[in-house]
Amino acid sequence: MTGAILSALASHWRRNRLQLLTLVLGLALATALWSGVQAINAEARASYDAAAATLAEGRFDQLMPPEGDAMPQALFVALRRAGWLVSPVVEGRLRVGGTAVRLVGVDPLTAPPGSAARAALARADLDRLVRADTLVAGPQTAALLAANLSNPVLVDQAVAPGTVLADIGVAQKLLGRAGRISRLIVLPDQPLRQRPLAEIAPNLLLQRADGATDVGRLTDSFHLNLTAFGLLSFAVGIFIVHGAIGLAFEQRRGMVRTLRALGVPLRRLIVMMVLELVVLATIAGALGIVLGYLIAALLLPDVAATIRGLYSADVAGTLQIRPAWWLSGMAMALGGALLASASALWRLARMPVLASAGGRAWALATGRTRKLQAAAAALLLAAAGVLAVTGTGLAAGFALLACLMLGAALALAPCLGAILRLGEARAARAMAQWFWADTRQQLPGLGLALMALLLAMAANVGVSTMVSSFRLTFVGFLDQRLSAELYVDAEAVADRAGLERFLETRSDAVLPIMSVDATLAGLRAEIFGARIGYTYRENWRFLDAVPAVWDEVEAGGAVIINEQLARRAGLSVGDALALGPGLSMPVAGIVGDYGNPIGQAIVGEALFRQAFPGVVPRRYGVRTDDPQGLRQALVEAFDFPPARLVDQAALKAFSLSVFERTFSVTGALNVLTLAVAAFAILMSLLTLAAMRLPQMAPVWAMGTTQRRLAGMEILRTVLLAALTAVLALPLGLALAWVLLAIVNVEAFGWRLPMYLFPAEYTRLMLFALGAALSAALWPAWRLARMEPAALLRIFANER
Amino acid sequence: MLLSIEDLRKSYLGPEGPVPVLRGVTLSLQAGETLALTGESGSGKSTLLHLVAGLDAADGGHVLLDGQEVTRLDDSGRARLRRSAVGIVFQQFNLIPSLDVAANIAFQARLNDTPEPRALSRLAGALGLEPHLRKYPEQLSGGQQQRVAIARALAARPKLILADEPTGNLDEATADEVMEQFLALVAETGAALLMVTHSPRLAARLGRQAHLSQGRLL
Amino acid sequence: MNVRALLFLLLGVGNAFAQGFAGLGTDAKGFAVPERGRHLAFPQDHGAHPDYRIEWWYVTANLTGPDGADYGLQWTLFRSALAPGEGAAWESPQVWFGHAAVTSAAVHRATERFARGGTGQAGVTAEPFAAWIDDWQMAGDSLDRLRLTATGKDFAYDVAMRAEGPIVLHGEQGYSVKSAKGQASHYYSQPFFAVEGTITLPEGEIPVRGTAWLDREWSSQPLAEEQSGWDWFSLSFDTGEKLMGFRLRDAAGGDFTSATWIAADGTATPYGNGRLVATPVETSRVKGQDIPTRWRLTLPDRRLDVTVGALNTQAWMDLGISYWEGPVRVAGSHPGKGYLEMTGYGQR
Repeated sequence: MTGAILSALASHWRRNRLQLLTLVLGLALATALWSGVQAINAEARASYDAAAATLAEGRFDQLMPPEGDAMPQALFVALRRAGWLVSPVVEGRLRVGGTAVRLVGVDPLTAPPGSAARAALARADLDRLVRADTLVAGPQTAALLAANLSNPVLVDQAVAPGTVLADIGVAQKLLGRAGRISRLIVLPDQPLRQRPLAEIAPNLLLQRADGATDVGRLTDSFHLNLTAFGLLSFAVGIFIVHGAIGLAFEQRRGMVRTLRALGVPLRRLIVMMVLELVVLATIAGALGIVLGYLIAALLLPDVAATIRGLYSADVAGTLQIRPAWWLSGMAMALGGALLASASALWRLARMPVLASAGGRAWALATGRTRKLQAAAAALLLAAAGVLAVTGTGLAAGFALLACLMLGAALALAPCLGAILRLGEARAARAMAQWFWADTRQQLPGLGLALMALLLAMAANVGVSTMVSSFRLTFVGFLDQRLSAELYVDAEAVADRAGLERFLETRSDAVLPIMSVDATLAGLRAEIFGARIGYTYRENWRFLDAVPAVWDEVEAGGAVIINEQLARRAGLSVGDALALGPGLSMPVAGIVGDYGNPIGQAIVGEALFRQAFPGVVPRRYGVRTDDPQGLRQALVEAFDFPPARLVDQAALKAFSLSVFERTFSVTGALNVLTLAVAAFAILMSLLTLAAMRLPQMAPVWAMGTTQRRLAGMEILRTVLLAALTAVLALPLGLALAWVLLAIVNVEAFGWRLPMYLFPAEYTRLMLFALGAALSAALWPAWRLARMEPAALLRIFANER
Repeated sequence: MLLSIEDLRKSYLGPEGPVPVLRGVTLSLQAGETLALTGESGSGKSTLLHLVAGLDAADGGHVLLDGQEVTRLDDSGRARLRRSAVGIVFQQFNLIPSLDVAANIAFQARLNDTPEPRALSRLAGALGLEPHLRKYPEQLSGGQQQRVAIARALAARPKLILADEPTGNLDEATADEVMEQFLALVAETGAALLMVTHSPRLAARLGRQAHLSQGRLL
Repeated sequence: MNVRALLFLLLGVGNAFAQGFAGLGTDAKGFAVPERGRHLAFPQDHGAHPDYRIEWWYVTANLTGPDGADYGLQWTLFRSALAPGEGAAWESPQVWFGHAAVTSAAVHRATERFARGGTGQAGVTAEPFAAWIDDWQMAGDSLDRLRLTATGKDFAYDVAMRAEGPIVLHGEQGYSVKSAKGQASHYYSQPFFAVEGTITLPEGEIPVRGTAWLDREWSSQPLAEEQSGWDWFSLSFDTGEKLMGFRLRDAAGGDFTSATWIAADGTATPYGNGRLVATPVETSRVKGQDIPTRWRLTLPDRRLDVTVGALNTQAWMDLGISYWEGPVRVAGSHPGKGYLEMTGYGQR
């Protein structure tokens, strides 16, 4: 009997190859979406991390030589043997073909995890680094090195331009500094017991980690948000799988009826259908994973490098297939298929043997289910509202997200129905009236595909908003904190006044950076003195501030605090803050701070010097058009070690350029999700096409051309897509808002500002319409080219 | 002369090459005249009707309807002909499922920009459809659906009504009742009627009869 | 004890090392190869053999606190060469790794260190004996009197070890065969250390005493390709007798076993493939995989039939390379204590 059932089941697919194709492709695409998004997410993370890691060079404590720019390597060994986990760095300028590059030599075995050097070197192999004298550099610098040196060169996008990484032994040789090192990185985790530093290396200067450029907190938040969107793409995929599976079952109701009438037990039939599904889902899943990888590879920016990545691991920072993607992709295909088939099987199991096969179309929801759906939607959205107002905790944040998305998806059909009814009521002409009425009738059939489109579009709006908001915040924060072109670490200079005079004459502006640890409102904090000039006025953005905030601070009558201090101490603009005994002033502005966990207060330079006369500036920010020239001049005039002069502008520009890659990645995400949603629409249209003929034939017979009907079919699809896209916009924004303003606050305790990008949304909208249009073209073309005889048969045959 | 058919030929592509369905049919119909077209299954009755209605294109011959050479019309010309010159009643799948009864009845007339609200309501009254105007086709019985189709075909006031077994899907009692109303209304409007039927009893009620056999008129 | 060799060669230490070793497989191009009949000379052979690819100084100790609680302690220095021979400073092809762990019935703490040879950060000298990486060291005038120290983020230990018996050579005079195909290593042990010292935990210092076992092994072509991992036992029975035994698992199912029976006076009797039978009887869920943590060991030649159970089933060394290593209790025909090491179960 099994053989007979199998051949009956299979015969359906043989006769309906298009349906088989849509089922397999639908499943494959949903899987591709998931695995593609995973790949893209990983790339986005990598790009962001590379940008962050470049800035993180100052993230570790360092031990510097007391004078000059070198110390004996023996100090490194002495410290290690005393239990100090330190890692040596040798750094110097190397002339290569007339250009000077910064050569940084590190020891990959002891370098701390999270350092840019370690990340870059982890991609190369130890043998090549240590014994083949390999150099690691970004693309431009790599070309320069390859042309002038005999060393093997490894290209790594994450290495800043003009910088070359190498094993410390190789670097010492190239710099002619055997046995000498420039500084020691102090690893964050030190052992339980170690001898005091003063005993081993009393002369070394401990330079504390520079917290200002640590974007770790932004990074964590970015990762969390990307994960949330990964799950969202999973939801889109499930909708598409659900649609494809639902069709596969409903189309075979007639056959199931016949088989059962012929005496096939229901249980056996269901088992066979599930098995069949598992086989198809496995094939489709495998196909989808490969497809997802290829799509991601093609959409991602560095196509050439990525393709090379397919064949060898020679190019760093390219796409890699990870086992987790395979597994989760397979789970997506199989789990999604079984989940989606559960309801179809349930209905099949409850269907009376002699139920009509064709009477009720597969998805024509009855009035009762429609009402149920609307009620569920209302309930979910109400729950989302309640959670938004009263919910606390990360779980509530994610529950809110789920309620919002599911509620919106369920509410889509009722909303569209209402809009279409409105259109129908206002239609004056017969064709127009029919158009609206007929469009409404297509809703149940297209419902799942439209929900997928809604979620895809909302996800895209959400991702664009989130990533772009991150970008603005990131850039704004960098502009604010790294506004000067050159940073001069003045610790080693005795003649502080001379240095200041020198800088004054050679630059556009000098910003002394001076701070003092303090306890503000009972919390550990720092007070900064700022020389307020155009730099601060132009670059700083406030979360909240009085209009003339800088004037008041400059005059010594007010203070600026960071968000951390404001939130923890419950301070708002206008509240008074005690900076010390007898020194209390109002808060004039609150500024977002993503690089530092403790509170900060900023006062004018005059007030600071008056209140803390003993504090001298540790560092100077210098505004100049010629950072390289000034750098050179400083090295000559004050014998500055180069490590004490940070060309922050170059660093910042580089990290921004790396971060830009994240945006091409979002573009890829947009293309991918919308393409998949478009395919879902195409699939639904093709399946509905046969069912549509009896609905359209009378209109045609009544005096319309096929071409006009085809045109209206296109228009109908585009209209539905447009309405869905319009509804998706607020949903996407709500999504982004929940992530930035609720989930982020619950997870990290601070709120990420949300910005709006109308041009981007318009582009997305047009793209969605284009996707729907391209999905509608083929079915419409088929309709327009159909033989009249096919339409005429409708009127003659008992179907 | 309202309709004049001359040497009309049509074949369809079957699995083993072209199958001739009409092998040269010549026929004419005066305004207001009624003609029953009988014949076995596959004799070409429906095809003849479809070619007259401009639903399909002929392979050869001429169809002259109200002074228009139907066989020379292009796709949009035939569509115009369908909505203005003829009213069609099919055996089934006649109605537009997304529109309610009232909209269905008015559809062709509105398509042709000739809706007459009073005529529409008179038709609905005559066919006993008034209680059902706000219903959708799926909520009606077969007989009621066919009445709606008849009302729609007549509402546009065409000069020629084409009917293809209009009661073929109904039980006998309902069929007789619907046919009574149909013929009475056709007579009232003065339109000509070309009706395909396999029932000699029905055919006898029309003014003339023609019998098709293997694509030729006998 | 090829286990460790397999670890390094097949699993690799992180990405960098995995790639560094990739392609080397089990051949020994350019490296010296263990030879049957090579006479081991001491104290010279306590030192490093840079011409061989891999080598280790491996201490495991079974200790007891003042309240009778059991503790296990591990101290290992691995040497792994990218190429044979030594080089000056950073040019040395020698890479050193240290692993240290402290295990109680409730908690297992482990940490690791990395170093390059040539700078003095890590190394081994034979006379006076010293093996060190960073501040960890095992040193003394001779191998008979040693001080062993290590520190991690959340533990430290400092113990004195005194040898109370002779050095034991495994296999044929220290030539230990590891597969039917003839892969082998040089392998000897000092299993007779008495130990006294302190373990430092975040909760405070614990004075401990007990016994320790030092393993020394070096090779260049350690395992046959199809061998997937091993289970290695070092057991000290209450009678004063000791047993070293290992089972090398074969992907095809053909296990290779080897054992050395050590009498209380240090007399060693080697047993070749198949004489020792080691059968897992119970597994525990460790880091998401099932690892055998209770074993039955039989050696009919010695009428040995014991069960060996882990003190702490979660003794997973979650380091750059990961494996299971922890103290065990022995019951049955020969009660006692010991150490168990298992690799190749968590292929990461």
